[in-house]
Formats: sequence, C-alpha cells, structure tokens
Amino acid sequence: MAQEKDPAFVKFQGIEKRFGKVVAVKKMDLDIPEGSFVTLLGPSGCGKTTLLRMLAGLENPTSGDIFIKGKRINDTPIHKRNLGMIFQNYALFPHKTIFDNVAFGLKYRDVPKANIREKVEKALETVRLPGVGNRMPSQLSGGQQQRIALARAIVIEPDVLLMDEPLSALDENLREDMRREIDNLQQELGVTTIFVTHDQREALSMSDKVVVMKDGFIQQEGVPEEVYNNSANHFVADFLGHSNFLNAVVEDRENDFLRVRLEDGSSALVTPSGDFASGEKAEIVIRAQKMKLEYSRNHNSEEKMNFFSGTVVDRSYMGGEVSYFVQLPGKQVLHVINFVKRSPYRRGDEVVITVDPYHCRLLKM
Amino acid sequence: MKNMISGWTLIKLYTVFIYVWMFTPIVAVVILAFNPQQFGTFPMEGFSFKWFVKLSHNSTILDAFKNSLVLGSLTAVFSTAIGVPAAMAFIRYDFKGKEFLNTLLIAPIMIPEVVLGVALLLFIRWLQQPKSFVLLLVGHVVLTLPYVLLIVQARLVGIRKEYEEAAMSLGASPFQTFREITFPLLAPAVFAGMLFAFTISFDDVTATLFWATAQNQTVPVKIFGMLRNSISPEINALGAVMIVLTISIPLMAGYLSRRFAGKAGK
Repeated sequence: MAQEKDPAFVKFQGIEKRFGKVVAVKKMDLDIPEGSFVTLLGPSGCGKTTLLRMLAGLENPTSGDIFIKGKRINDTPIHKRNLGMIFQNYALFPHKTIFDNVAFGLKYRDVPKANIREKVEKALETVRLPGVGNRMPSQLSGGQQQRIALARAIVIEPDVLLMDEPLSALDENLREDMRREIDNLQQELGVTTIFVTHDQREALSMSDKVVVMKDGFIQQEGVPEEVYNNSANHFVADFLGHSNFLNAVVEDRENDFLRVRLEDGSSALVTPSGDFASGEKAEIVIRAQKMKLEYSRNHNSEEKMNFFSGTVVDRSYMGGEVSYFVQLPGKQVLHVINFVKRSPYRRGDEVVITVDPYHCRLLKM
Repeated sequence: MKNMISGWTLIKLYTVFIYVWMFTPIVAVVILAFNPQQFGTFPMEGFSFKWFVKLSHNSTILDAFKNSLVLGSLTAVFSTAIGVPAAMAFIRYDFKGKEFLNTLLIAPIMIPEVVLGVALLLFIRWLQQPKSFVLLLVGHVVLTLPYVLLIVQARLVGIRKEYEEAAMSLGASPFQTFREITFPLLAPAVFAGMLFAFTISFDDVTATLFWATAQNQTVPVKIFGMLRNSISPEINALGAVMIVLTISIPLMAGYLSRRFAGKAGK
C-alpha cells in the first residue's frame, strides 16, 4: 500500500531573490508534489536556475521560505540537505575515478565499506554503464559522463533530484536518448525531480508539471497538454511551439464560440479563454500545426471553419514537415506547418488556410 | 618579393644578435668556471673542476648556501600558506574591499626592490627591532607572495565552481570539499607557486642586501661581497651552480604542473 503522496513535498513560500538591484525571482509560491517530475521552463534570465539554486542551498533567498517534507530548510547548509544535483557540464571530479566519483556522497553518509561497493555498482548498472568504475571521467563521452553524474546523484537516495539544464551540452541525437533515459529512470525510482531547461521539447516530453517562468514570475503552471493547448497568455503561447497571433475585436456569441472581427475586416469564429464583452479588443492564437493549406482553386467553403486566403511567401523544408509562411491581404504573415505532401506549395502560390475554430483561442490583451 | 625576404632575414639576424648579447655573459661564466687559470682568458688552457672543489671547502660560502636554502624553503612554505587561502578568498568569495586588498598584495611586484628594502628597514626601526632572520623572512614572503597569488588565482579561475558545488550537494562540508576536491585540483599551481617563491627568494640580491645581517647572508649577497674584494674564479663556479639551480627549478615546476594538470583533465 503506497503512502499518501505529499502534494507539497517541496514548497516555496513567498520566495524572492535579489542580486543588488536586479530581482531574479519575485515573491513566488510553488508546490511540488512528492514523486513528480516538474520542469522549470523559461528563457535565460527568467529566474529558473536561481530558484533551483536556492533550493539546493547555493544561493540564499532574500526573503521567503523553502520547505522540504514540511521542514523549513532556509538555514540548513547545502551539505545537509540531502539533494542530488546534476549540472550542465556534468561536474564529475576530474581527478577521481568513476567509482570514486559515484562513491563520493556515500562517504559522508556512514555507509559501511562493503555496502558502498555494492551500491555504486548497482547505480552504475541503473545508468547502464556497468564496469567503467576504474576509468577516469575524461575517458568517457559527454553522454556517458552525464549518466555517471546521474548515478552519483541517485546513489545517495536524495529527497529531491535537481537538474540544471543537464542535456544542453549534449548533441541533438544524444539529447533525445538521454531525455528518455532520465524520464524512465525518474519513473522507476519515483524520486521527486526538478528539471530546469529552456528547451520546450524537453519540458513537454518529460514533465508531470511544467512551470513556465519569465522575469522572475510564474506565467503558468500545469500539465504539459494544458500549458501547450491552453496557454494562459501571449508569452506562454509564443514560447511553446510556433504560434500565430492575430488582433481581433469581439462581436457576439455563436453557440460555444465567439464571432470576432479581424483587422482586415474579415470575421472568424474563436474559442474564448475567459469572459469577453462585445467590442473588447483581444488576440487570437493559432498553432502553426493546426492550420491546413490548400490551393485557392480547390477550395470549397465549409460551415463552421475559419478561412484565410493568402500567398505563400516563403517555405522551409524540415524533413517530415514543411514550414510555410503565408501572407494575408492585410500584410500579416502566418506560419503554417504541414506534413510533406506529394506536391508542396511553392512561393507565389495562392492558398487558403483552413482552421477549426476550436484551435483558434482568444486571449485577453 | 626579394625585399621582403631580406627584411625577414634582417629580423632573424637581429633576433639572434639579441639572444647572443643576452646569453654570452652567462655562458662565459659557466665556461670560465671550468678554467684552471686564476685569471680567465680565452682560449682556455685546460679544463678542471678545481674551483668547484675549492668552493665546496669554503665554509663561508657553504654557510651562505645553507642560509639561502633555509630562507628559500621557509619563504616558499609561508608564501604558499598565506597565498592559497588568500587566492581562495579573492576568487571564490565576495567581500568589501576585495579589489583593494588584492592590489595591495600584488603591489610588491610593481614597487622597485630598493624602495621595498628601505621601507621594511624603516618600518623595523620604527618598531625598534634589530635586523634579524625573521625580518629577512618577512621581506622575502612579501616579495614572493604576489607570484604565488597570481599563479594560484589563475588556476582557481580555471577550476569550475560546479565541482565544489557538486561535492557539497553530495554531503561534503566546505572543509571536506576543499580537502577532497579543490586542493587536489589546485595542487599543481600550489607546487609551481612554491617553487617560484623558492627561486625568487634564492635569487634575490637587491632587497636582501638591505635586510641581511652578517650572520644570515645569502649566496647572491655573498657573491656580491666577494666581487668587491677580488674577482676569484670561485665566483664563476658559484655562479654556474646558481644558474643551474635557478633555471632547473622553474623548469621542473613547469614540467610537473603540466603533467599533473594533464592528469587532472579540464
């Protein structure tokens, strides 16, 4: 029988950090449930790393409190917090063997010698690198070094695993593998994990909860699908995936949708997020992947769909899909991503963009 | 095209000339040390170790040698013992007046040794203390500390803070982190700094002339004194020994620090 999971295993309460005049993290409240994988996502300088470093004890909060398992840890020094930390540049001790690196944390935990060997070997097996104990860190590849860093962090059975952009030093293909590996490992161990990244794909693919940050504020937190599909504001919609923004004025309600008028005079049906009054100025968000292109000459009007006609001004081939940039009569350019078809559209082609009102979300300005 | 080639040739010749001009006196000293004649003339008539033998029986020289070795070693130890924690503080921590204090400690490199020599003497007189070995040692530590500081700081900058942060996150206290991580990674620089301190102390004339008493004369000061009376070929032999020591020690330091650095990786 599994014990009740603590919904606020890690708790930030009114946490704030200033560096001189710069406020890195502003009066933030955040609960992290036990056993969950939470990602702090945002552009550089958004405060995500500072938040992580405060939890680790590498920075002192200017004000506010941090709790782990209900215990306030503000004044607990870093080496008594029992956290596993993974760094961007692995930070394996270059003068120690892999074995000594992984065993490092156990030395300070009253683990008997014989058990140390056993635990280290088990940790190395967990990260699928058994038998490298005698090698030096410099003899391993980047991906291997990061797996050793992972082994070194999990072998001490930390309360929380902290990862600071652990994949950004790896190259593209390896990153994908490591992403899955970290995800699987976290599920297997069930250790509460906080993962800092600026890469939305990492955040969306691994997390139970994504916390989108900007300028020291939380912009939105939620499960990946919610943050992606129901972005709370312009920033989140823009930061995650490829979004198009159109200014609009609300006209009236039509069943579940709102009828809005665009700047070029055309009208569209949209899904409102929140309450809108007639005549209110707002912004439509449309994901590049949710729009479909067809030639103007093949186009048949269909009920309950939105249409925008325009001209293809640019395109870029990305393997499985193609990015098109379509200019509307009002000079605005929409970014459309479609799967590769037999005859891709070319520059100058007259096209019609079709999009379901369900995928046109109306946001407050 | 032709002009360009001759231009380069000119520069090469000029370079060679500079080197010859710089090293001839040194080479001459070493060669003359093996000259059996009382007065060194070229070409040499024969080859002998007699001045070296004579040197090894000269008790004042041997005393001076002993003084130099003891002083150099102690200087190296104290300079490192002060320099390493200071470098740690300057690189790893932020505190008020950091820049000022750092400049202050590096300053002896920029101040002429004569000034430094006189200043310390005046200071000791103001304290109404006699000249002593301790004064000499303090002086040499002041002289060599900047080198230790600069070398250790340069290496510390290269050791990423993440290593220390990782160690502490794994449960090592700040002291254990220093012992297990920082110091081993820093060791080549500490060692190199120590050897530099030793060599500089071993070599110093100007400031030491002001500070040394009759009992604790160092080798360079002794040579300086001997030159005033006569130009004995013994000095050539002594010079040769000094040259070998002062060149080989830094070379060894450089080699060792590269070797250790290579082992420690980046």
